[in-house]
Amino acid sequence: MSEKFRLDKGGLINRNKKISFKFNNKKYYGYEGDTLASALIANGVHLVGRSFKYHRPRGFFGAGVDEPYAIVQMNRNNEVDPNVRATEQELFEGLEAKSVNCWPNVNFDIGAINNFLGKFFPAGFYYKTFMWPKSFWYKVYEPIIRKAAGFGAASIKHDKEKYEHKYEYCDLLITGSGPSGLASAYAAAQNGAKVILAEDKSRFGGSLLTSEVTIGNQSGREWAEKIMSELKSMPNVVVKNRSQVFGYYDHNMLVMSERISDHLPKTEKYSPKQRLWYIRAKEVIISSGSIERPLVFGNNDTPGVMLSSAAKEYLKIYGALVGKKPLVFTNNDSGYETAIEFKKNGIDPVVLDTRKDPNSEIIKEAKDLNINIKFSYVVVAAKGYKKVNSADIANISEDKKNISNIENIKCDCICVSGFWTPTIHLASQSGNKTKFNEEIDAFVPSQSKQKETTLGSANGIFTLEETLKTSFEKGAELSKQITNKENNISVPAVIEKKSSNHDKFWCVPLPEGKNYKRFLDFQNDVSVSDIQLALREGYRSIEHVKRYTTLGMATDQGRTSNLNGLQLVSDIENKVVPQVGHTTFRPPYSPISIGAIVGREIGKHSKPTRKSPMHYWHEKNNAVFVDAGVWLRPRYYKQGNENLFEASKREAKNVRQNVGVCDVTTLGKIDIKGPDAAEFLNRVYTNAWLKLPIGKARYGVMLREDGIVMDDGTTTRISENHYHMTTTTAQAANVLSHLEYYLQLVWPELNVNVVSSTEQWAGAAIAGPKSRDVLQKLFPDLDVSNEGLPFMGYIEDNLFGVNAKIFRISFSGELAYEVNVESDNGNFMWEKIMDIGKDFNIQPYGTEALSTLRIEMGHVAGSELDGRTIPYDNSLEGLVSKKKDFIGKRSLSKTAFVATDRQKVVGVVPLDKKTSIPEGSYIVKDPNVKLPIPKLGHVSASCWSVEYDNPFSLAIIKDGKNMIGQKLFAMSPLKNKTIPVEIVSSHYVDPQGERVRS
Amino acid sequence: MLHIKCPHCGLRSQNEFSYGGDATVKRPELNKEVSDQDWDNFVYLRKSPRGKHLELWQHISGCRQWIKVERDTLTHEIFKTLKANEKV
Repeated sequence: MSEKFRLDKGGLINRNKKISFKFNNKKYYGYEGDTLASALIANGVHLVGRSFKYHRPRGFFGAGVDEPYAIVQMNRNNEVDPNVRATEQELFEGLEAKSVNCWPNVNFDIGAINNFLGKFFPAGFYYKTFMWPKSFWYKVYEPIIRKAAGFGAASIKHDKEKYEHKYEYCDLLITGSGPSGLASAYAAAQNGAKVILAEDKSRFGGSLLTSEVTIGNQSGREWAEKIMSELKSMPNVVVKNRSQVFGYYDHNMLVMSERISDHLPKTEKYSPKQRLWYIRAKEVIISSGSIERPLVFGNNDTPGVMLSSAAKEYLKIYGALVGKKPLVFTNNDSGYETAIEFKKNGIDPVVLDTRKDPNSEIIKEAKDLNINIKFSYVVVAAKGYKKVNSADIANISEDKKNISNIENIKCDCICVSGFWTPTIHLASQSGNKTKFNEEIDAFVPSQSKQKETTLGSANGIFTLEETLKTSFEKGAELSKQITNKENNISVPAVIEKKSSNHDKFWCVPLPEGKNYKRFLDFQNDVSVSDIQLALREGYRSIEHVKRYTTLGMATDQGRTSNLNGLQLVSDIENKVVPQVGHTTFRPPYSPISIGAIVGREIGKHSKPTRKSPMHYWHEKNNAVFVDAGVWLRPRYYKQGNENLFEASKREAKNVRQNVGVCDVTTLGKIDIKGPDAAEFLNRVYTNAWLKLPIGKARYGVMLREDGIVMDDGTTTRISENHYHMTTTTAQAANVLSHLEYYLQLVWPELNVNVVSSTEQWAGAAIAGPKSRDVLQKLFPDLDVSNEGLPFMGYIEDNLFGVNAKIFRISFSGELAYEVNVESDNGNFMWEKIMDIGKDFNIQPYGTEALSTLRIEMGHVAGSELDGRTIPYDNSLEGLVSKKKDFIGKRSLSKTAFVATDRQKVVGVVPLDKKTSIPEGSYIVKDPNVKLPIPKLGHVSASCWSVEYDNPFSLAIIKDGKNMIGQKLFAMSPLKNKTIPVEIVSSHYVDPQGERVRS
Repeated sequence: MLHIKCPHCGLRSQNEFSYGGDATVKRPELNKEVSDQDWDNFVYLRKSPRGKHLELWQHISGCRQWIKVERDTLTHEIFKTLKANEKV
């Protein structure tokens, strides 16, 4: 298909490289340097989507980030990408895109029936309609709304693309490479400042690419090219195109999204698709320019109605004609630039100017070119459904209240210009208190909160001469403060056409008897009548009006709708715009892909993975791993076709009968040194620590100040002033911070140092009746008898030439030892234990068997020390000293904590001795009473007791002390189970604790 | 993301720190009688000021020191940072 709307020459596209692409399955051609939008326009395609609510046909409205309509679904290299603006997507060979918001297709969209049901879709429609009947919400309303919502469909596949994050520091970050960005970057760079210049589009230069100006003796575009080539050659300057600074956060941290590969058919090897830059800048210059404001009239959303600046951009950059019979509707001089551009290319435009008798250089130029100009004229309504084919135009009275002499004229596009809106999003995000500038009817930045300066048209300055002058000055001034260098730059002379004042008129009144829809928010389908209705219904605050009508809430953040919406509210309310105020701008300025936000932290990379020195031995021996915090621990070692249940039962049984070995490297370890170490431990733990002899370990419980158990573990006195503390795997980091808090802030007078030594030691727990035999063979010269190394004893020895620490401590309840060696020797130790243990039927055991062993012994762990229990609840009250003070002690005398019927840990056995009780089940007295059934407590941990060969659980229940022997029920609504149970002692096996002392 | 000047290490990003609450809370001395009310106030009662707030942060991925930060809770402005033993 030929490009009927492409000019023969002109533009910045590469006419030597033709590109084929598909839109809605139809093949078209464009050129390198096109956007999807410009290529479609050159092919005469204007119907690209359907609107959000009424499914009205939608075309192109802008030429960049301001585009509210042309959102497409991309298919690139077998990956889908929803919510892509056709005006930003650069063309590449083989590009495939589709319309969104339409079914079955964009030409025939069933949803368009909403357009005729319009009066049933007023503002707040969702709030009013889907309230009743209540039961309809989940089954009927929500699925339908979900199907209708959104701009495209996300892929359900894993994203193959890679995204990166980068942290950067600079002196000046400059957002936008138009005249103010280039001038300030150049001045700052000359002063030696480290500058990052970010440009959202692929081409640098901003408005200089399309404006008819002269800087020095060059055209604006040539000057921009010259400055850019100088900037690129400077080592202290980073220039980035396709990079949008979308968020201004605290302390001058800005985030920029760099689209590295989106313009390529596929991402190159070793290259990410997008990169997110976290930039900490000493100073920020916001040179984000301005966006043209629409004029509001009937059916102003018809394809072919677009911003006049966009029409000019399509002509000048892409050589594409948005129409061959253009109507330009303007309230200021900008529309004339577009009209002149049409005329220069042999197209005759008609200009409707709302002003009565304006005079300026450019109007004179237009007159000299014999352009048909009608003053005091407006467009009343666009005509045509899928594309503009004519317009009703009319004379407007001087007070702008009445229209007369309505006539219909043929046209195929309407280019509108309602003056300019500074892009103040970043300034507003930074906390800048913006102010209303009466002269331009728009908000501009005012008092900076952070180190930011807004320049050029983003600051409401619309003449190039002043923009360049202030930008050179500011760039030099800000950089000089940082670098203390000053290079004088002379500001080049500027030739530009002076403008006359714009007309504050923005909304065309409806002709009598007509009820045209006049749109304010083009993406969310919010019309003038919706706002009027919201105000009639009593909404006053602009924030409420916004949420009720969804004005400015679409993905374009109201770039083309905000100010007109505010004008309307202030007109109706008889207020001035600054009193109405604008809504808050929040990051991101435009949509950012989730992939870019996540970066490389996906899957296994979402957190660090820590492995013990014995990890590869476990792997070789068929360990099945489980995540324990950031650690990978063997859950069980699979033999043959065993499942988790069978394997863990075998492992646990072997510990009870013979001997097992478990990797306990992951336990937190903290080295404590100093003359006041004993006193410190005495304050941290609930039990007494002052008299612990050297070479002895002690079990301790530590509380938070609110009396809740924080952690438990053993601490061993290595020498006079040296202790070795162990913590649970999960709490290791918190306990260290807790100790540091008290040492640094509360008791700085204590002479104690703490440091984490978790990674320094590899640990193996050898447990079972035959563990002493294994230990003896590991340390042949050591006296391992009950007298030589008693329970809770500690000794150091030599393991085949390797230093080892031996603790006689037990978590399994069996006779057990824990051997620690330096991490590098961990695997050596492990292999020695396995080798020597062979004669005693040693087997490694994982966390599942470890749990079984501790549960049936009634040893509490993380599932009981769950941040809600005090020592009494865990039957640890015997460890609470009455004589000394410690962290959290005062809280233990709270009324609730001394209640006689307080919850306590108990054992639970199913009456049938067969049915396992799901963890988390409720314990109830009677499962058949009316809901909600009063619950006594919950099951915290369950196992299959290898000692008795039946299920056994721990539960924390109210008045647990007096519940032993009661017959109750365990209920799991989740698993739909009700199990009759008996409450028993939590110490199910070896209640006297004889084995550990044997 | 805040930029916090650790008095030991210099300016670092917030993600190196962890927040530790109100720095003006003083723990009652050990082995002293404390009324229920005073103890509850110490454990639970915190002001949530809008504006200047002296708070604790720990430079957890740095020097591991607890520091005091005087920060505006509304604007996030940081007025000064102090070592644990320094007074405002």
